[in-house]
Amino acid sequence: MTAPAQSPALDALDALESEAIHVFREVAGEFDRPVILFSGGKDSTLLVHLAVKAFAPAPVPFPLLHVDTGHNYPEVIEFRDSLAARLNLRLEVARVEDYLADGRLVERADGTRNPLQTQPLLDAIAEHRFDAVFGGGRRDEERARAKERIMSLRDAFGRWDPRKQRPELWNLYNGRHAPGEHVRVFPISNWTELDVWRYIKRENIELPSIYYAHEREVFRRDGMWLAEGPWGGPRDGETLERRSVRYRTVGDGSCTGAVESTASTLDEVIAEVTASRLTERGATRADDRLSEAAMEDRKKEGYF
Amino acid sequence: MVDSAQPRDLLRFATAGSVDDGKSTLVGRLLYDTKSVLADQIEAVERASVDKGMTTPDLSLLVDGLRAEREQGITIDVAYRYFGTPSREFVLADTPGHVQYTRNTVTGASTAELAVLLVDARNGVVAQTRRHAAVLSLLRVPRLVLAINKIDLIDYDEAKIAGIGKEFVELTRSLGFADDAVQVIPVSALVGDNVATRSDETPWYEGPTLLEHLESVPVEGPDAEAPFRLPVQYVIRPRAAAGAAGDDLHDYRGYAGQVASGTVRPGDEVVVLPEGHRTTVSEVRTADGPLDGAGAGLSVTVLLADDIDAPRGAMIAAAADPPEVTSELDATLCWLHEKPLAPGARLLLKHGTRTTQVIVGALTSRLDTETVSYIDAPDELAINDIGRVSLRVADPLPVDPYARIRTTGGFVLIDPPTGNTLAAGLVGDPLASVPAAI
Repeated sequence: MTAPAQSPALDALDALESEAIHVFREVAGEFDRPVILFSGGKDSTLLVHLAVKAFAPAPVPFPLLHVDTGHNYPEVIEFRDSLAARLNLRLEVARVEDYLADGRLVERADGTRNPLQTQPLLDAIAEHRFDAVFGGGRRDEERARAKERIMSLRDAFGRWDPRKQRPELWNLYNGRHAPGEHVRVFPISNWTELDVWRYIKRENIELPSIYYAHEREVFRRDGMWLAEGPWGGPRDGETLERRSVRYRTVGDGSCTGAVESTASTLDEVIAEVTASRLTERGATRADDRLSEAAMEDRKKEGYF
Repeated sequence: MVDSAQPRDLLRFATAGSVDDGKSTLVGRLLYDTKSVLADQIEAVERASVDKGMTTPDLSLLVDGLRAEREQGITIDVAYRYFGTPSREFVLADTPGHVQYTRNTVTGASTAELAVLLVDARNGVVAQTRRHAAVLSLLRVPRLVLAINKIDLIDYDEAKIAGIGKEFVELTRSLGFADDAVQVIPVSALVGDNVATRSDETPWYEGPTLLEHLESVPVEGPDAEAPFRLPVQYVIRPRAAAGAAGDDLHDYRGYAGQVASGTVRPGDEVVVLPEGHRTTVSEVRTADGPLDGAGAGLSVTVLLADDIDAPRGAMIAAAADPPEVTSELDATLCWLHEKPLAPGARLLLKHGTRTTQVIVGALTSRLDTETVSYIDAPDELAINDIGRVSLRVADPLPVDPYARIRTTGGFVLIDPPTGNTLAAGLVGDPLASVPAAI
């Protein structure tokens, strides 16, 4: 096996972009009713950007779905709606608050609504008969996600069974599923948080303003800076302070913390992420701290 | 620290080795020494180690992510890890080492440009090493590293380490690897010898540390001489309404796909398979605009000079050197599923972007991975078996021998009722050059 003359390998970001575009096109070719989970956060915004590139100059052939906990940052919802409008994409919204209003779900004692997203998500998938659901999950986020396939079968209950995953060989993805089952698809599985930011810079992708440093009224809880909001805070003994912060992830306001930061440009954000000694989830996501296997357990129930 | 502004390349590599040779520790050490494990992850591991009554952090908890894995102290499935250094980014397919899990080695190796094979310095090259090396050769992984681990436990015995290295190089030579594609590195993952930092205990070792080697080994870019192949994934037809701003797109018909091998440039003569229509490439583009040319791995859109039907599943190939279009295949299968394969099975075959029906003919031989030689026709292929079969496909397929082009010589077999992936398939006999016994 003497190596023949070689062309230079692709730059890492080009290789990751090409892989993601390949995944989008495979799904478009093999599924009837795909949908992109879109929250307005950086990973799902990146997904939509990659989908646009995969099908240009034709429009993206998928709608968007947001599972809305009701605990949103207004800047993110505005961004979500303007992006969908600009790209002329249909946006479906499944609302946790509808479920709370009629008693199908009840508020948790700890106030977080992230785990409550699973049922509205699965109901929306069933109602619209979505057969492939794109998500911005990355394997570098969490140990259970490190085991996740790029195309991952979910049973009729939306469950992930890590012991029955299909091997993924070469770039041949197997999207076979029975009626009622669906496939979760993670085109940016192989990206790291730093890849995401470097690509956002390279492609000049617009993000909600809360990803950049800004002054905000926040209070300290469990070592994180939480914003004031309808999710119950500050409580007794917690005091609001004005701080320069930014967000590394965007999720339910009750459990997504901000980090103290003065990084207000992409270069400053990249420098900060590069130097950080904490993962984005470890730094700012209370829901992953619930137990040793919090993410795995939620994924088994049908959560992303 | 990573220089975020500098474009870096990406090395995809896999680990292989048996259960107790210290693979998890080596992976943990690589992540730890490249500062890819962050404080909250270390804290989580320390917390969990204390909960389990341990006095020192169990670094395998960094990589064993599933509840069942932690409960049983084993690795169940392939996991993917990420780390980077100033010169390169790495995607590591971390495969479980159990003897029966050849399938995991196959899965990890299918996309790997390099594999790190571990042996325990106290045991040297064992049957499992030969088995893994044979699988890596079969899958055409271009480069190998033998990490001779636990050298601290043999008092850094130079003669013994050299003996293991010599035996391994002879093994890989017989499997078809060139000497310059194989690197032997004595390490202690536990202590950190020669993983990311050079060991004071091995002054006689003049080669690179494992990390230095991973950073400097040439990434196998696309084979510049390979003929062009593009499986058509999706036909992009904007169908802009007349009079609208995109009116010029009315006749646009782009064939989207990832270049599987070779290079494509405007003006190239191509053939659209399996029908065999010949035409010329008029444009190669991405969303960012037209390109002078595109090489393997790039997702592109190709426009053709003539109005030819090239639906998803077709392949656009170099007219001067097209693949063989055939309904009869001889192939090597790595059987991945508990349900065994018997002759006569009716399955689905996915090759490139085409899925077609297939009937399995005779099982001609099975690979004895112990001796790396083929033995007589078996009744069936069981999980983790590797064997040669003849296949008849419903639609003619454009295929290349796997030994020539990895991307267009590989396929998977799928079980129609369950949708399960059953086998990795390699067109032809990639071990044909290997002598009968090793």
